[in-house]
Amino acid sequence: MNPQDPIIEFRCVNKWYGEFHVLRDIDLQVARGERIVICGPSGSGKSTLIRCINRLEEHQQGELVVDGKALSDDVKVVEAVRREVGMVFQQFNLFPHLTVLENLTLSPMWVGRIPKAEAEERAMQQLQRVRIAEQAHKYPLQLSGGQQQRVAIARALCLTPKIMLFDEPTSALDPEMINEVLDVMIELAGQGITMICVTHEMGFARSVADRVIFMDQGQIVEQNAPEAFFNNPQRERTRDFLSKILAH
Amino acid sequence: MVQQPDSLSVSSRPPPKQRVWSWRSQAFRGTVYQIVALAVLLAAAAYLLHNTFANMRMRGIQSGFSFILQPAGFGIGESLLPFDSSNSYLYAYVVALSNTLRVALLGIVLATVLGTVIGIGRLSRNALVSTLCGAYVEITRNVPLLLQLFIWYFILTESLPPIEEAWQANGFFFSKNGLQFPLPVAELGAHLSTLGGTALGLVAAWWYARQARLRRESTGAMWPVWWPSVALVVGLTVLGWMAGGMHTEWDIPERTELNVVGGGSVTPEYLTVLLGLTIYTAGYIAEVVRAGIQSVPYGQHEAAASLGLSRAQELRLVLLPQALRVIIPPITSQYLNLTKNSSLAVAVGYPDLVSISSTSLNQTGRAIECIALVMACYLTMSLLTSAFMNFYNARARLKDR
Amino acid sequence: MSTDTFQPIASRPPPESQLGWKAWVRRSFFDGWGNTALTVFTLIALLLVVPPLVQWAVIYAIPDADNDACRAAHGIGACWGVVAEKGRLILFGRFPYEEQWRASLASLALVVLLVLSCLRALWRPALVVAWIGVLSLFFVLMRGGVFGLSPVETARWGGLPLTLLLSTVSLVLAFPLSILLALGRQSHLPAIRTLCVLFIELVRGVPLISVLFMASFILPLFMPQGTTIDVLARVLIGMTLFAAAYLAEVIRGGLQAVPKGQLEAAQSLGLSYWQTQRMIVLPQALRLVVPAMVNTFIGVFKDTSLVTIVSLYDLTGAVQLALGDADWRKFFLEGQLFVAALYFVACFAMSRYSVWLEQHLNTGTRRQ
Repeated sequence: MNPQDPIIEFRCVNKWYGEFHVLRDIDLQVARGERIVICGPSGSGKSTLIRCINRLEEHQQGELVVDGKALSDDVKVVEAVRREVGMVFQQFNLFPHLTVLENLTLSPMWVGRIPKAEAEERAMQQLQRVRIAEQAHKYPLQLSGGQQQRVAIARALCLTPKIMLFDEPTSALDPEMINEVLDVMIELAGQGITMICVTHEMGFARSVADRVIFMDQGQIVEQNAPEAFFNNPQRERTRDFLSKILAH
Repeated sequence: MVQQPDSLSVSSRPPPKQRVWSWRSQAFRGTVYQIVALAVLLAAAAYLLHNTFANMRMRGIQSGFSFILQPAGFGIGESLLPFDSSNSYLYAYVVALSNTLRVALLGIVLATVLGTVIGIGRLSRNALVSTLCGAYVEITRNVPLLLQLFIWYFILTESLPPIEEAWQANGFFFSKNGLQFPLPVAELGAHLSTLGGTALGLVAAWWYARQARLRRESTGAMWPVWWPSVALVVGLTVLGWMAGGMHTEWDIPERTELNVVGGGSVTPEYLTVLLGLTIYTAGYIAEVVRAGIQSVPYGQHEAAASLGLSRAQELRLVLLPQALRVIIPPITSQYLNLTKNSSLAVAVGYPDLVSISSTSLNQTGRAIECIALVMACYLTMSLLTSAFMNFYNARARLKDR
Repeated sequence: MSTDTFQPIASRPPPESQLGWKAWVRRSFFDGWGNTALTVFTLIALLLVVPPLVQWAVIYAIPDADNDACRAAHGIGACWGVVAEKGRLILFGRFPYEEQWRASLASLALVVLLVLSCLRALWRPALVVAWIGVLSLFFVLMRGGVFGLSPVETARWGGLPLTLLLSTVSLVLAFPLSILLALGRQSHLPAIRTLCVLFIELVRGVPLISVLFMASFILPLFMPQGTTIDVLARVLIGMTLFAAAYLAEVIRGGLQAVPKGQLEAAQSLGLSYWQTQRMIVLPQALRLVVPAMVNTFIGVFKDTSLVTIVSLYDLTGAVQLALGDADWRKFFLEGQLFVAALYFVACFAMSRYSVWLEQHLNTGTRRQ
């Protein structure tokens, strides 16, 4: 694969939930190392879009190519894609019956087939990266929301993925914990990993994103560099949305 | 101007002793209520006891547990242990307990297997399977167990052919008189050898699994675990059997003119209780299993999938540990229910605890003692089960703040 | 500002392969090898079982009470005639034949009362009066001895009226007792708490049949010399105590689920213990455990069948009695299935009602 090729490519992707047309003619190319923020009202299909990238959701029409592999029902392709894509969820989704360290070493040991010692070393490195190494032997439910989300980020990073997906990572957090997670994400963004982030945190978008995408009713309405996007929105709908979000 | 305190720190003192007593305090009232309640209860108990002794004297009933060492004077229809009418009442109770356990333990195993299958079936994407499983649960839960037992009893004793025309399949005979099956001829040495082989196989399988785990942790290489373990157990059992002299003698039931002789047998009463309890309890276990599986949030599946775990790995490492924590307490109480429900065996003539106690009661007239013995047995089983459940809950609790 | 206007993409229907019943069938039944095999296997099993069953139960069945025809069709067709022939015995047990109109009237009245009690609109104080009235009517009709009705002893009561009576009365009596037990179990007074715990654990730890045996054999011994206690009364007491223990545990779960803040608020308002329980805690606690309570009711309704073992012939016992007749004994299965169907309809209706009730009672707890 040519390093100039986009790492993710949507070609006229459509998805339905039953009769509901949730993704409409999505055409999108994401370059390697690009950092993208997707925003939009609820129900606009943003979460569905990123879930299609690691095949947590299946699209019915169109082509979706991730890291040179076209996503289909082929189990091997899906497994290969999931090894390169890490995901962080709004509800953290840590495994409550395992310690933090076990949460992180689970996938490297069982999917990556790495020895336990090496997996634990890698896990501690990632925990230090998100500044939570001292909690390694605690259980997830013993940590605060912000700590849990940082652990979730570390867990996704343990796969050494090429792409990181974030699905509203701070929406379920108390206000005083949002910053600790955003700081980690900003640091991550500066290290060259491809990031796609669905969020309402516009400050984060301004400081980190290469491109901001606005989605509404299943389609991409507008995309632009952050400065242009926030200062000069081209579409009526985008202006509407921004006025509601940036009001306070 | 506000007066500031002289010293900045006040040293710690022990709390003052309570000296104040009020006739109107909660504590006093509480004590009074309790004394009144206990007094009323004791008075009622004394009155009832007085009546009881008077009535027993009038009817010539003796009291006391001494009767349990006397000969029972009745036979027991079926049991694993030998019993005749000269054995004591106490031994009769022991045999009855063995009968109860015999049907309850096997019932628990079968009901768990059947219930798990049906519970998983209810969650199936396949509409045919999920509907059928749902219908099974609804039907077995909405019809009383006693009626189900009667239905099974009649089917097993009236619809089946008489023993002269028993259905036969490879040494198994099924008729109105129950099920007869081949049994290995008792030869202690050979059996011990075979069982020893099985035990050795289990140990070897455990050791192998442990080695595989250590290997995985140190190098990441994953050895298969299931097939080699099964092979070890089976293989070593066969070796044990061979070492014991390749004992192949079976006591196979054979059809004579009017009967089927030989082999082991179970009565239709046993089969009725076993079948009825299994089918009834499996419906409840299915619901417990289903609720347990559904209790694991969907986000756990998403996280496991996004980490690249296969379905089997996700099931074993993420779903089952969490689902089992939710399943085990209620399933334990279902096991207890099954054991208590086995008491319905008295209605179809299977000699379980309640049945024997009822017979003893009729013979000796000592109602209180006989019933008390039975209740003591069941209470012990209940308390043991509760203790286990509390222990398990404490250990398996997800650790939180 | 851009010059080209935004073209919103209209919603389109999904492609053919996703829509309609064909796609649903494919996804549900033929989705992969395993699922397909499962479907095929299940269909084969159904084909082996269902047609013979339908043949036996419907096509070749004999609906009339014709013993000869039934015998001729034995094994080929069901003899539903046994229901016609033995129906009254099954439904009313050993109640005297000529007086069975009283039993059916009593049952009807009770059933109507139960159904009407399920409607929220009728939950008023007048309902309590109705309950007292109908229960009294029930006893008068069944017992007789007054108003020119011939007396019928309780040992002869049976079938449907007995099942209804046992379930209804034992639950009505058990309910207040179970509330007291649940409150007692939560009490701070150690003596009260210990007594309640002992009672509940004792009753829950033993099978119902031994409670019934205890009630049947030991209660007479408790009576003052010379007096006897009615057979039915003994069984009722046993069932009431049993139901009370189980209901107490259900209610205790509800009590524990009421937030502690409610108690604190009530105390700060100056309410006494009993006022707090009656007006604040219990209404919330009971609302929370409605499904579990209805499950217990269904359980008690099914458990009334156990009185067969102490020789009271309720619905389950009556059908065993009816099949004692040598002529009709061959057709036991049809008789038993009839009674099973009656139970199924009643229990299923109750469980559906519980679901409906839970939804309706919770309208106050969710934001509209």
